Amino acid sequence: VLQNILSLLFFLLPASALTTGIYMIFSTKPEMATQEIQPNETLTNLKAESDTLKTKLEDERAKLHDVELHQVAEKVDGLGQFIMKTRRTLKGHGNKVLCMDWCKDKRRIVSSSQDGKVIVWDAFTTNKEHAVTMPCTWVMACAYAPSGCAVACGGLDNKCSVYPLSLDKNENLAAKKKSVAMHTNYLSACSFTNSDMQILTSSGDGTCALWDVESGQLLQSFHGHAADVLCLDLAPSETGNTFVSGGCDKKANVWDMRSGQCIQSFETHESDINSVRYYPSGDAFASGSDDATCRLYDLRADREVAIYSKESIIFGASSVDFSLSGRLLFGGYNDYTINVWDVLKGTRVSILFGHENRVSTLRLSPDGTAFCSGSWDHTLRVRDRGYHLGYIPKRTTLSG
Amino acid sequence: MTINTLTKGGAQREQMYCLRKMERVIVAMQDPDMGMKMRNQRLLITVIPHAMTGNDVIEWLIQKYNITEEEARHLGGLLVQYGYIYPLREPRSLLLRSDDSPYRFQTPYFWTSSRWPATELDYAIYLAKKNIRKQGELVDYEKENYSILHKRINHTWDFVVMQAREQLRASKQRRKADRIVLECQEQAYWLINKPCPGAFDVLDLGPERCNVLSSRVALNADHYRREIEHSRRALGRNRVKSSICLESFMKYSEQYLHHDPIMSGCLPSNPWISDDTSHWTINTDMVGIPTRLRVERWSFSFMELLNDSMGRREFMIYLEKEFSAENLCFWVACEDLRHGESSKIILKVEEVYKNFLAPGAARWVNIDSKTMERTLEGIKRPHRFIMDDAQMHIYFLMKKDSYPRYLKSELYKNMLAKAIVPQETKKSVFPFMRRQRHSSPSPAMVTQATEDDGKAKGAGPTGTSSTTNSQI
Repeated sequence: VLQNILSLLFFLLPASALTTGIYMIFSTKPEMATQEIQPNETLTNLKAESDTLKTKLEDERAKLHDVELHQVAEKVDGLGQFIMKTRRTLKGHGNKVLCMDWCKDKRRIVSSSQDGKVIVWDAFTTNKEHAVTMPCTWVMACAYAPSGCAVACGGLDNKCSVYPLSLDKNENLAAKKKSVAMHTNYLSACSFTNSDMQILTSSGDGTCALWDVESGQLLQSFHGHAADVLCLDLAPSETGNTFVSGGCDKKANVWDMRSGQCIQSFETHESDINSVRYYPSGDAFASGSDDATCRLYDLRADREVAIYSKESIIFGASSVDFSLSGRLLFGGYNDYTINVWDVLKGTRVSILFGHENRVSTLRLSPDGTAFCSGSWDHTLRVRDRGYHLGYIPKRTTLSG
Repeated sequence: MTINTLTKGGAQREQMYCLRKMERVIVAMQDPDMGMKMRNQRLLITVIPHAMTGNDVIEWLIQKYNITEEEARHLGGLLVQYGYIYPLREPRSLLLRSDDSPYRFQTPYFWTSSRWPATELDYAIYLAKKNIRKQGELVDYEKENYSILHKRINHTWDFVVMQAREQLRASKQRRKADRIVLECQEQAYWLINKPCPGAFDVLDLGPERCNVLSSRVALNADHYRREIEHSRRALGRNRVKSSICLESFMKYSEQYLHHDPIMSGCLPSNPWISDDTSHWTINTDMVGIPTRLRVERWSFSFMELLNDSMGRREFMIYLEKEFSAENLCFWVACEDLRHGESSKIILKVEEVYKNFLAPGAARWVNIDSKTMERTLEGIKRPHRFIMDDAQMHIYFLMKKDSYPRYLKSELYKNMLAKAIVPQETKKSVFPFMRRQRHSSPSPAMVTQATEDDGKAKGAGPTGTSSTTNSQI
């Protein structure tokens, strides 16, 4: 009966009362189980209510926005233009490189491609150390295990599989393959959590999921995206319990791994979000989108705080990552370039050419000494700053 | 024949966004006031109106977007690759040359976004026209496509040939310049939509993606209820003023500036540049004396100290002196529980209880009574996160109390004093001689070695042999 009365109130009261007045009542309501739609609670009305609340939320978020990032950054020295040089070119994939990840040893990487090949390289020597051919094409996700003893990958097979890396050159890696995750559509991204024992995945079926590697058991699933989820990143926070995901619904969601709930949500991009990456402190994250912009979202301010874009950049950003200090944001784009941004001032400090097709993946090495980009031109390139050796002496910066 | 592809699903949708933007650039280029100056270009004996040189395009882009020549060439090149500008000379080579090569704007009728995807019928008509117009004008892949289409849409072939003839007849009535232009436009369109196999296919797309309008996710009542619930919770959350949040970014990048190799370089040298791995060897977990930067970093935050295995070890030594090492042991055990295998959870919870929580336990941890009560109750139904509250309590205890005292302790100060600051490696006398790039043992082998327990291994060589050849 209470349910029906409340539903009726929902109709009679104006929108403002809805959100302030009834909020008090609804906030103590217990978790809703799947319910049938009440006659006066049609899908259209629910959507309308959701949209109204979203607008109200944006207004609330705007209230505490008293200054822009580049204004605060005025007192910091500008960076000038950076020159980046390619130090290694990894050739060996016969098809588009779709994804790559670094090993914790700071020099090995795993990469995956359209033709199903997954290769483990020692990027420092450019030697290939392991290769496995997946039974599917478009291996869009790959990840190195924290121990360095295994890799995970998946794509159009809708699964995420873990391959322990054997040093016996005669052994077929595929023999020890373990199928861990099962989605109902393509796997777009995967990442080990703090150990080799758990994997986080995102999928074209609109969900993310946390899996136990040993048993293949689903530990938690995350529902809330309204379309394909394309990317995810784990938070480097103290309590280590959250991650962010981005999708084709233009939303970036922050999730609680333990409860499966969406803690925060941001919807300011104008197109699919291809890549999300946390700022090193864990207080913010950056996103790269098909709308040709990268954006920075602050989790404490609960809003977007910077946009990195230029009129001459027309194509989407496919992959983003921060330098170790968080001062630089690297973006790989679908127009074959890499743009490097000054995170604080919002200006571009470098544009890198060299790839002959889309840059599909980009990651900084674990110690920040270099970054690797993978491209549809079948190659991977490891690059860093173009100075020769050397340590830049302490600069005097204005104290805050 | 414009199909509104934006409402369709499919991978085309992501490209459409970019195509629209390119079109805006193209329109700006043709603006009567701010656009490019176009003139007549001579092509063999014919004069083509409204054409421009490659140089013109690049100059205009440099001016308009305030970019370098390299970037302008790249951007202009994309406009040609996507068919918005086509070359009059060497039409099969879709490149933007930064000289006086003539180019023209593609007519909107043939814009990639207008007629996408290209239909089989249109392609058949085009090939038929080429075939009729001049024998042997079809190149190999076009001949192949022609016969494939002939088989596939054989039922409409009369229509195809009729259309082709009709279009050829109509074009004969045009002025020669117009006819050439139309042929160029059409050819450019098909070069992009049906490229030669093996050639660069700019319309190559990834796997199909669905957006909200064509989603695989059930956008039902539950979905919207979830969204509503989320928005309501979000409305009630505490937010921090931007001025405070953003200030922390300044501080963070300042603090880590010298630890960021791309910003400040690294000592003795960046291995990727010098091929010398010293920087990595002096920063390993088991190194005798750590570097100064590394020890300094432990003072940035408690997380930094714990994340570094050496830092953690040092902190443990300090806590043992203070007789509070059980806190760190407990935290480590809880991490192991949280991130370990599901099958070992019950066992691990029992261990943790026995060692840290049971009355009279060997390493009893001092948790507040409420948390202890809650935890002990929860242990009856153990799961991965059962120790979270207790772990957090102990974590913040260490962070607020032991950690600051550690940083002030003699132990830490001595560590800092002993820590080495590597010498910068001087530029090699013979810069053209590249150093040997040494392999390193694979992490997989290191673990296997500890597992195998000294058993003779038949594994492949991954020792310190220097080789630069691929092994597979």
